[in-house]
Amino acid sequence: MTETLVKAPEAAESPNVPRAVKRRRRGSPVVRWTLRIIAVGYVLGLVALPVVTVTQRTFGNGLQAVLDSLQNPDLISAAKLGLFVAVTSVVINTVFGVGIAVLLVRYRFPGRRLLNAVIDLPVSISPIVVGVALILVYGQNGWFGGWLESNGIQIIFATPAIVMATVIVALPLVVREVIPTLEEAGTEQDQAAQSLGANSVQRFFRITLPTIKWALAYGVVLSLARSLGEFGAVRVVSGSVPGVSQTPTLFVNDQYQEFGPVAEQSAFTAAFALMLIAVLFIVVIALLRPKEKTQ
Amino acid sequence: MSSTQAPQTGTGGAAVPAPPRRRPRSVASGRLTPTSGLGLGVGVLWLSLIVLLPITAIVVTSFQNGPSSFWDSVSDAEALATLRLTVGAALLVTLLNAILGTLIAWVLVRDQFPGKRIIEVIIDIPFALPTIVAGLVLISLYGPQSPFGIDLVGTRKGVFLALLFVTLPFVVRSVQPVLIDMDRDVEEAAASLGAGGFTTFRRIILPTIAPAILAGAALSFARALGEFGSVILISANLIGKTEVSSAYMLKLIESDDTVGAAGVATLLLVVAIVILVLLDSLQRVAARRD
Amino acid sequence: MNVLRQRRGRVAAVLAVVAATALGLSACGSNSSGSTGSSSKQLNLVGFSVIKSAYDELGTSFAKTPAGKGVTFKSSIGASGAQSRAVIAGQKADIVALSLSPDVTAIADAGKIDPSWDSGPTKGIISDTVVAIAVRKGNPKGIKGWADLIKPGIGIVSPDPGTSGSAKWNLMAAYSQALGPNKDEAAAKTYLGSFIKNVVSWNESGRTATDAFVKGTGDVLISYEVEAIAARAAGVELDYIVPDSTFLIENPATVTKTAPPVASEFLKYVASADGQKILAGKGFRPIDPSVTATEVPGANDPANPFPKVTNLTTVADLGGWSVVNDSLFDKEKGLVAQLRK
Repeated sequence: MTETLVKAPEAAESPNVPRAVKRRRRGSPVVRWTLRIIAVGYVLGLVALPVVTVTQRTFGNGLQAVLDSLQNPDLISAAKLGLFVAVTSVVINTVFGVGIAVLLVRYRFPGRRLLNAVIDLPVSISPIVVGVALILVYGQNGWFGGWLESNGIQIIFATPAIVMATVIVALPLVVREVIPTLEEAGTEQDQAAQSLGANSVQRFFRITLPTIKWALAYGVVLSLARSLGEFGAVRVVSGSVPGVSQTPTLFVNDQYQEFGPVAEQSAFTAAFALMLIAVLFIVVIALLRPKEKTQ
Repeated sequence: MSSTQAPQTGTGGAAVPAPPRRRPRSVASGRLTPTSGLGLGVGVLWLSLIVLLPITAIVVTSFQNGPSSFWDSVSDAEALATLRLTVGAALLVTLLNAILGTLIAWVLVRDQFPGKRIIEVIIDIPFALPTIVAGLVLISLYGPQSPFGIDLVGTRKGVFLALLFVTLPFVVRSVQPVLIDMDRDVEEAAASLGAGGFTTFRRIILPTIAPAILAGAALSFARALGEFGSVILISANLIGKTEVSSAYMLKLIESDDTVGAAGVATLLLVVAIVILVLLDSLQRVAARRD
Repeated sequence: MNVLRQRRGRVAAVLAVVAATALGLSACGSNSSGSTGSSSKQLNLVGFSVIKSAYDELGTSFAKTPAGKGVTFKSSIGASGAQSRAVIAGQKADIVALSLSPDVTAIADAGKIDPSWDSGPTKGIISDTVVAIAVRKGNPKGIKGWADLIKPGIGIVSPDPGTSGSAKWNLMAAYSQALGPNKDEAAAKTYLGSFIKNVVSWNESGRTATDAFVKGTGDVLISYEVEAIAARAAGVELDYIVPDSTFLIENPATVTKTAPPVASEFLKYVASADGQKILAGKGFRPIDPSVTATEVPGANDPANPFPKVTNLTTVADLGGWSVVNDSLFDKEKGLVAQLRK
């Protein structure tokens, strides 16, 4: 017992393996098993069961039906659009996200807390509200509507609106991942470089960026997953024209509302593909995690 | 609101946590240089165009014809029905998540059993899934062609289940890192002094994880309040019964009732802000006790 | 190492520039294809919710004709009212095929369609159908007509008149059949009130209403006859009734001001006997009386798919669209809005 009371402080940072081994199991087995069954049962019943069911439904007509529906030219166009929108919005959010994170962590300026709160706003808003808000500003009768139309710029019902909607919903993800790492890292290296004559741009690229490398990668993957999966906001601002403005999620929705087994298979195939990609993202994210510690 | 944060997904196998986020080291010492000042300007302009302006437009439009336009749109019988359902369901779901999410986090951190890594991955699925895919996933199990013969289409139970599904990860992922990082010595001391498991939990562990539970609850509530894609299929949008506010707003904007849509959106924003500020202050109170 | 770092710095700078202009580029990208108009070989069709399968076939057949060689279609399908507003708001369109004439007139009023679009002999109408009542297979509730719909416990599924054209036809049909030979407005109002009370689900479009019904909501679906036929042809298990008194649905189609000439050729094709035959095969009642449909899959009797309706009311009988839009569908003072309170 005494050894756990006189441990070195570092042991608190690397929690699991050694301490779990040293500690004897406390608590009655009944409690432990009850909790375990409730937790595992809930997770399996709530999530795993429907996931298995949808897999069954997707492949219910055989593998060939799935492969055939993957050849749907509208699905392929939707996939291309989805990829373009996701990558564009992730790039935008990464560039601005890192910049804003650095500003928030390293500098003091009036309105800093407001800026912090504004970044979190998209998470608290319904995606439908995001779409409605975009229409109110950039739509034809919106605040910028007249100016946009006289300059021939089409935002709503076109790709820019889809990108903007996606950017908004994924906005906080990169920022929130990068900030803690920046805070942890502190400014010693940065200040040392500054005293050696490096300007802020050099310090950013040579010191700041490498520090946040893995947190950034993590945030980028989170953003990518979120951007690819956006539905509600895009539903409001896009005309969902197959081959033009129909994202993969819109494709799933539109196909599900069509008649006939072919459309239903298309809907489920696309949904299953998106689900597979989502699981892939989860695995990648899980793999990215441990790397943080080797910094 | 600055204390709510994006949940962390998948800690996979070796449960390496995110760095603890409760007390950030204050490194904001610098005054703005010309470069960073310019960066700030660009950043602020960007956020204005993409977040502030649209949100402002919502609030302003809802009062377009004076306070009566806002009042009319939110006192509409159908609007009220959707709000009652949406807010009520969000609160209920959040309460359930607070309890179950903590329980699940506890089991994940303090217990060892084969297959735990798989459970970790499964928990993240609702967060990573596109909402419409979640909707299809749910309807395949709870819809007319369910292999178990359950048909919850057009029922409030169905809506509730959908919301539970998409909000599962928030409390779990919020509490988990805190549990992992907890100093076990105090617990050990309490145990050696004769405190039972539950007392230890109530007096020592709960205060420590309370801020995290509240943070996760805030995220869960906000998500449930605005959820659309996963709910829309199973709800069948029955007016007065299963129509949620997000679907109602969509209907309004498509009927060209921009003022009505903006009114409901503003009200939802207010509700979200009220609850989030409440949870934020509770969180600060709880964190101070630490 | 220094070289690498410099390169990375440059890469990051390039990324920043790319990010900042990414939005602008995509705006210009979509704009350029819009301002110069679609290519002469690709037509943008904006249609109402139930026509996809019919117009897909029309498009393929048209491409086989000399006038339509090489023409492809990009279609946006949705609720008629919502689509009308979308085109006004900038949705690209060469051909507009909607559920009811006012939705097209609204676009003409916004300057995107020639105001004389409906001045021809057919008044711009390109397809007909009637309002029908769809029930579960085997008609378990024994629905025989409009009177059965207002019985307690019957759940009606309909689209919402705020977005859907089908909804307006449905409500006009419900109202007008209750007018009776004496044009009893009080009776019609009473009936419509009871009808609306029994509506359990107001949906976004004709198609989403069908979808909701098919997936288990309600007991009856009020929709286009063509939609019920199309659903059955696609294997959906439902039955439908064409009541003795019902409403004639007339669907307009026209070209926009910026459409290439081949768009007009397409509409001529749709109006021609060949086009009407295809539409008939899909369940529309041909506007050309000389065209007879011999085999319509999905119809109650495929060999005689379009039974004559005893009392067929048209919009003209009710005073025309401007009267109906005000008296029935005005958002504040219209009869429907009042009855829904």
